[in-house]
Amino acid sequence: MSTEISQHELMQETHNGRLLRVEGLRTYFKTMDGIVKAVDGVSFDMPEGSSLGIVGESGCGKSVTSLSIMRLVERPGWIAGGRIWFHDKDLLHLPEEQMRQIRGDDISMVFQEPMTSLNPVYTLGDQVAEVVRVHRKVSRKEAMNRAIELFKLVGIPSPERRIKDYPHNMSGGMRQRVMIAMALANDPDLLILDEPTTALDVTIQAQILELVKDLQQRVNTAVMLITHDLGVVTEMSDRIIVMYAGRVVEDGDVLSVLKDPLHPYTKGLLASIPSLGKKNQRLNVIAGAVPNPLRMPQGCKFAPRCPYVMDVCRNEEPELLTQGEHGERKVRCWLY
Amino acid sequence: MTIESEAIQQHSDANGNLLLDVRDLKTYYPILGGVLRRRVGWVKAVDGVSFSIKSGETLGMVGESGCGKSTIGRTVVRLVDATGGKVMFEGRDILSLRGQELKRMRRNMQIIFQDPYASLNPRMPVGDIIGEGLMVHGMKSRKEREERVQYYLEVVGLRKEYVRRYPHEFSGGQRQRIGIARALALRPKLVVCDEPVSALDVSIQSQVLNLLSDLQKEFGLTYLFIAHDLSVVEYISDRVVVMYLGKVAEVADSERLYANPKHPYTQALLSAIPIPDPTVKKQRIVLHGDVPSPINPPSGCRFRTRCWLAQSICAEQEPQLRQVESGHWAACHFA
Repeated sequence: MSTEISQHELMQETHNGRLLRVEGLRTYFKTMDGIVKAVDGVSFDMPEGSSLGIVGESGCGKSVTSLSIMRLVERPGWIAGGRIWFHDKDLLHLPEEQMRQIRGDDISMVFQEPMTSLNPVYTLGDQVAEVVRVHRKVSRKEAMNRAIELFKLVGIPSPERRIKDYPHNMSGGMRQRVMIAMALANDPDLLILDEPTTALDVTIQAQILELVKDLQQRVNTAVMLITHDLGVVTEMSDRIIVMYAGRVVEDGDVLSVLKDPLHPYTKGLLASIPSLGKKNQRLNVIAGAVPNPLRMPQGCKFAPRCPYVMDVCRNEEPELLTQGEHGERKVRCWLY
Repeated sequence: MTIESEAIQQHSDANGNLLLDVRDLKTYYPILGGVLRRRVGWVKAVDGVSFSIKSGETLGMVGESGCGKSTIGRTVVRLVDATGGKVMFEGRDILSLRGQELKRMRRNMQIIFQDPYASLNPRMPVGDIIGEGLMVHGMKSRKEREERVQYYLEVVGLRKEYVRRYPHEFSGGQRQRIGIARALALRPKLVVCDEPVSALDVSIQSQVLNLLSDLQKEFGLTYLFIAHDLSVVEYISDRVVVMYLGKVAEVADSERLYANPKHPYTQALLSAIPIPDPTVKKQRIVLHGDVPSPINPPSGCRFRTRCWLAQSICAEQEPQLRQVESGHWAACHFA
C-alpha cells in the first residue's frame, strides 16, 4: 500500500492536462478453481475532454477495467495492484467516503442494460433529482428543475410530463437517454459508457450515438466508451485501445489503428467482421477460442490463435511498446 | 390471396422450384385482461406477410425487435400457431396438418435458436440432445443413433468423443455448433436460423457463419436466416426480406438491396450501421421516435410515423408490396 509521501511525489508528474492515468491495473477474481486475472497489467492515459474507445470480446477485461476505475469491483473480485490517477488523486487509495463523492459527480457511468439500471418503483424525475441532491446542496424543487433541464438536453420529448413517469413507461432507447441524463447531472469530467447501445436496435443505437457525439461537443466531458463493436468505436472515439485476455494489445488513434492494424488480433478481428458490400468473400476466421482464464498460455496470450506465431511468443510475453517516431501508437507483439 | 402474394408467387415460379411459399401469413397473440382473463385485444406480430424460398436458397429476414421476424420463423416450423394465411412446403399447406402427418413433416424443417445457453437442456449429454430427434422420428437402435450423432458432431467441427459431455462444458460457439448438429441430424430440407450468431463474439461469429455456408453446400440446405444485423444477413443471404412492424417493407436480391434500397426504412436501417472504416464518410439518416406498438399500429403505411417522406396518402392508404424493378419489391408509395 502506498503512503502519503509517494502520492505527493507522483502528483507533480501526473497532473499536466491529464485527466486519468491507469498504471499497471490488476483486478483479480477468486473462483472455486483458482484466481482469474480478469485485468492483468492495464495501463493507459486519458487527457481532459478526450474520447477513448476500449474494444475487445467477452471476457477481455474491458468492463472490469471500467468498474475498477469506479472502484465498483465486488467480492469475489478485488483490485490486486496498480494505480489509477484521476486529476491528482490516486483513486485506489482514497477512503470510501471520498470515492463516493467522486462517483456520480466527477466520474459517472452508464451501463449496458437500460432495463435493469433504473429503479422500477421511483419516478424517473426522482431518480435523476436524487443524483443531483446527493452531490449538491439544492432543494427538491431545484433538483427537479435540473432533471427537466437534463431531460431536454438528452432529447426526451415533453420533459415536464416525463419526469413523472416510471421506467416501465419508457422504451429501451428512452431509458438509455434517462441513464445518460443521470450520468450528466453533475457535469462529470469523465463519462464512462459501458456498451451503451448493445441492447438497443440499430435505428435507436444511431439516435443514442448521435446524442452522445452532440453532448461531447456541448459539455466538455471526456468519454470512455466500452464496446465490442469496432464500428461504434470508429464513429465515436478519437483513440482506441484493443484488449485481449486482460491486457492491452494495441493502443493508438482510431484512424491509424483501423487502417493499419499492427497486432495480429486486431487484424483478425477487423477481417472477421462481415461488412456491407464484401459479399461472397469467405470470412476470415481467428482460429480457436479465447484461452481459459485459469489456464493462460505462458507467453503471449494470443499465441495459440496467432497466424504469425514464433517460438519466442510461446515462451515470453511481449511488452506494450511504443511504435513509430511520434510515439502515438503502442502494440504488444514480438513482431515489432 | 392478396395481390402482393400473387405477384410474388409469379415472380418466384419463374425462378425455379419453391421449397417454401408463405402467403398472407398472419400470427396474432391474444392480450388477456380483466378478472376473467378474457381476450381484450391482439398483438398483430405478423400481419399479412408473403414470401417464398427456392430450394437451396438462403432467404435473409431482417428487422428490429418486434417486427415479427422470429414469429414468422416459429410459425413456419409450427412452433407457434398461425392466425391466418398459408404456409406451403413443397406445395402442401402445412398449417392444416395434424398428428402423425405433422410429425412426419416436422423432420423436414428444423430450427437453430439464438441463445446457445438456453436452447440446450443442461441435464442432457450432447449425444442425447442431438439424438433425441432421431429417436422421436423412429431411429430405435441406440448404436445407429450414436453413429449418426458422432457423424454430425464431426460435420460441425466438434470431436466425436464429445457425445457424453454436458452443455456446460462447452463455450458459446461450441454450443451453437451443437445446436446446428441437432438441427442437421434429421436431414431436414429447410433450416430456420433464428439469430444464430447474435449471441456470439465477432471472431466466433465468423466461424459459425462460415460453417453454415459450408453445410449448405454440402447438404443442399435451404435457409431462412433471421437476424437483426444487416451486415451478417447480407453476407449469408441470396435474397433479403426487410420487415417492419409485422409487414414486409422490401424484398430484393441482397446485392441490389444494399446497393440501392428503395424503401425509406431500409435506407435508414442501412445508414444506421456503424462501419469500422474511418475513411468512409456517410450521410446518416437518424429516425425519430420508436417503433409503434403492434397492438395498435398506425393507419396506412406503418412506417409513416417515423418517415421523412410521409404525405397524407401514407396515412390514408396502405402501400402494397409492388415490383419497382425486376426482382426488387417495395411497399412504399414513393419507391
